[in-house]
Amino acid sequence: MRNALLLTMLSATMLLVGCPKRDQVKEAPPATTEGGATTTPGAESGVGTGRAGGEDAAALEQARLNQRIIYFDFDNADIRPEFRDTIAAHAKRLAGNTSLKVRLEGHTDERGSREYNVGLGERRAQSVRRALMLLGVGEAQITTVSYGEERPAVQGDDEAAWAKNRRVEIVYAN
Amino acid sequence: MTGTEQLKRMLATATAGAALLFAQGPARAELTVEITEGVTDPIPIAIVPFGWPGIGGPAPIDVADVVASDLQRSGRFRPMARSDMVDLPTQASDVVVDDWRLLRNDFVVVGQLQPGANQGEYTIKYALVNVLNGQKMLEYSQPASTPTLRAASHRVSDKIFEKLTGIPGAFSTRIAYVSVLGQPPNSRYQLIVADADGMNPHVVTQSSEPIMSPAWSPDGQNLAYVSFEGRMAAVYVQILRSGERRRVSARAGINGAPAWSPDGKRLALTLSHKDGNLDVYVLGLNDQVLTRVTEDNAIDTEPAWSPDGKSIYFTSDRSGAPQIYRVGLGAGERAQRVSFEGSYNARPRVSPDGTQLAMVTLDRGAYRIALMNLKSNSTRILTQGNLDESPSFAPNGAVLIYGAQDKGRGVLATVSVDGSVHQRIAADQGDIREPIWSPLPAS
Repeated sequence: MRNALLLTMLSATMLLVGCPKRDQVKEAPPATTEGGATTTPGAESGVGTGRAGGEDAAALEQARLNQRIIYFDFDNADIRPEFRDTIAAHAKRLAGNTSLKVRLEGHTDERGSREYNVGLGERRAQSVRRALMLLGVGEAQITTVSYGEERPAVQGDDEAAWAKNRRVEIVYAN
Repeated sequence: MTGTEQLKRMLATATAGAALLFAQGPARAELTVEITEGVTDPIPIAIVPFGWPGIGGPAPIDVADVVASDLQRSGRFRPMARSDMVDLPTQASDVVVDDWRLLRNDFVVVGQLQPGANQGEYTIKYALVNVLNGQKMLEYSQPASTPTLRAASHRVSDKIFEKLTGIPGAFSTRIAYVSVLGQPPNSRYQLIVADADGMNPHVVTQSSEPIMSPAWSPDGQNLAYVSFEGRMAAVYVQILRSGERRRVSARAGINGAPAWSPDGKRLALTLSHKDGNLDVYVLGLNDQVLTRVTEDNAIDTEPAWSPDGKSIYFTSDRSGAPQIYRVGLGAGERAQRVSFEGSYNARPRVSPDGTQLAMVTLDRGAYRIALMNLKSNSTRILTQGNLDESPSFAPNGAVLIYGAQDKGRGVLATVSVDGSVHQRIAADQGDIREPIWSPLPAS
C-alpha cells in the first residue's frame, strides 16, 4: 500500500510543477465527477525526461502540499485515485514532524437533509484521516470536524457547484 | 462535584457570558408571508373593526386587522374588505344578519377592545355570529396587557379558527429559524425567533460559524441548537427570556441533531466520538447521564421522539441509503425499519398525535416533504420544490413548516397536512432555513 502510493507520487504530473499554487489560492476541482483521472495522459511521461532532478521533486512535493482540498463523488466517501498523491504528500510531512497538527473539515453539497449531511461530511473526513494514519501519521495529530452542507465553498445549485462543495479541507493548525 | 463537572460548569458560564453580549437583539431581516395556494372554496367571513371607547388617543392595536390577516393567511378563509362593509357593529346584538348575508358572508366577528382598571390592562371582548341562522356561536373575553396585545389578538384568531374548522388554531405560536447573511467565508449565522405570522423577529444568538438544528423545549422556554463556534460542533441550550445558555455536549467529533424528550428532561442527540461513527444517544439534562440508543457502523442521526417518549425515530443508512427507523427505549429493543418507499428518506418528525411521520424524501430527482401514515404505512408527497427540507409540525398537527429554495434563496414554506394550503415566508435579505414550530403557549 505504502509503496504503491509512493510510486504513484513519483509518476505524477508535470502540470503541477509548472505552477505551484500559493496557500491561500483554493484549488479548482477536477472536471470529472466519476473518479476519472484529471491529469493529462502525457503528463506522466514528463517525469522521466530530464526534469525530475532534486529541485523538481521538491517543487512537485510542495505543489502537492499546497493542494489542500480533496474532492468526492456524490453520496460517497471513497478517496478518488487522483488524490492519493496529495494525501501521501501530507502524510509524509505530518509523519516527519509529529508536532504538526491538522484539522480535517468534511463538507457535502446542499442536497438532502442537513444532519444526515453532517454525517456524510464526517465520513469523508474519516476517510482522509484513516488514509493519513495508514501512512504513518499519529492519531493525536489529527482532528476532524464535519460542516455538512453548512459551509459551501461556492454558491450554486448545479453539478459544477456541487462537485466543488463535496470535499475535505486539510487545515494545518500550527 | 468532580473535576470534570467543575470544568464543564466553568466553560458553560464562560460561554454564557459571551452569548449575552450579542443575544436578544431585534433582527434586521423582516419576513413577509404570502399564500401560494389556498383551498378552492375559502369561508367568507367579515371581521368588523373592534370598538375602542378609550379616552386619549386611538386604540393601541387593531385587533380585527390581526385576526383578518391570520384567517386570510391560513388559506381557509376569505375575510371581507373593510371598504365593503356598510355597517360597523361592535356587539352581537347589533349585527343585522340579513345585511351581512346579502354581502355574501357566512360569518361575522364583532368585538371591542376595552381598557382595564389599571394602566396597560385590556380586555378583548368578541363574538362570532353565524349569518345564515343568526346564532351566536362564540362569545369570549380575552384579557391582555400592553406587551401581550398582539399575542392576545392571535388567541382570538385561534378560537375562531377552531370553532369554524374543528382544528385548534396555531396563530399565537412562534417559529425559530436560522438566517444566513452574506456569502461564505464571510457569512453571518443567526438563530431567530419570530411570531408565527413573521412579526417581531428577534436574534437569539449569532456567529460567524454555522448554527444549525434548533429545537424547542416542550415548554417553549428554551432552544437547543448546534453551533460551530470555535470550529467544533457543540450542542447548546439557551433560555429565551434571559439569553443565558449552557453548553450541554462538546465531545470529540459530532455533537448534533438535538431533540427534546416530551417531558423536557432529556435530549436525544447524535455523537460520533473520535472514530466518526454516528449514533443516537440520550443525555439527561440534569444528571448528565449519557445512554447509547443505536449501535451500528452506519450513519444514525436525526432523532425524533414519539409523543409518548417511549421510542425514537431516526435516519440511518445501514441499508446502504438513508431510511427511517424506530427504536423502543426499553431494554434490549432493536431498531425496526419504518420507511420503504423510495431510495432516500431522512429527517423524521412525528405528528403531535403520533399517527403521522413527516420526512424528506427523494422524489423523481427532487428532495420533497412526504407524510407517512404510521398505521397504514401509506406515503404522500406534500410539496413540489427541488430542495425542500427540515419539516416541522405545527403544534395543532394541521400544518408543516419547512425550508425551501426559491430562485437560489433559502425561504420558509408551510403546507397543510392535506396538501391544500401552501404559504411562503421570505426574508427581505439573506437565506432563511431550518424552521421549527414552537409548542402551544401555556394558556
